[in-house]
Amino acid sequence: MRFAASSGRQHDDSIVKIVAICGAGLGTSGILKVNTERVLLRLGLHATVVATDLASLHAEADDAQIILTSPEFVEAIGTTFADVIVVDNYFDTSELSEKLERALG
Amino acid sequence: MPLPPVPDTAITLGASASDWRAAIGLVGAALTASGATTDEYSHEMIRMIEEHGPYIVIAPGLALAHARPGPAVLHDGLAVATLTTPVAFGNPYNDPVRVVLGLAVASAAHHLSLVSEIANVFNDSDAIARLAAAASADEVRGILGASA
Repeated sequence: MRFAASSGRQHDDSIVKIVAICGAGLGTSGILKVNTERVLLRLGLHATVVATDLASLHAEADDAQIILTSPEFVEAIGTTFADVIVVDNYFDTSELSEKLERALG
Repeated sequence: MPLPPVPDTAITLGASASDWRAAIGLVGAALTASGATTDEYSHEMIRMIEEHGPYIVIAPGLALAHARPGPAVLHDGLAVATLTTPVAFGNPYNDPVRVVLGLAVASAAHHLSLVSEIANVFNDSDAIARLAAAASADEVRGILGASA
């Protein structure tokens, strides 16, 4: 599994980028990041997963394929080329798995 | 990285809260009582929801209240409040809330190892119900795998 370099945003076409969004950029989006990485490992899929806040979304998400978030942020995310996946239960890895598989499959 | 210690002062069992602000106030007061934050952190956690909505209700019955690292955070802390009467936060999927966690992180740099531990606890789908039913601080710490 590849992890995003914290400083750079080097673009790599071969690696899918997934961005988890919350209000603070840690805590809830951190849980999404951790559980997404666990699910990807289980599915044998490779992606870079970044947790960030809404304010940094456009810097992080312009090269992202998938944005993971709560229903509250969908409107604020607005128009994007990424698939926006709304997660209901952040601790339900089977929900995450199903939604990620559908988006990446 | 293990969870931060959860002393008795950080645990409030069987509380009542008139609304979501009061529910967050419970863990805010507990974080302050346990020495992890100043009073201001409670307001910061409430402001996150006022600004973005009740997105912190991340699983059925569970709210993970938190704000950003900053001057209000003195050291990492985790507080738990269980509510006798569940409280609606306005989340479309996961209302009403029975268990409120208050998380304070001193530095963004290590928060992922901390939330990773929280995920370890709550990826077990029984954890929320067991916390809601917990009768003692020791029982809460047992479920969380945290020390006093």
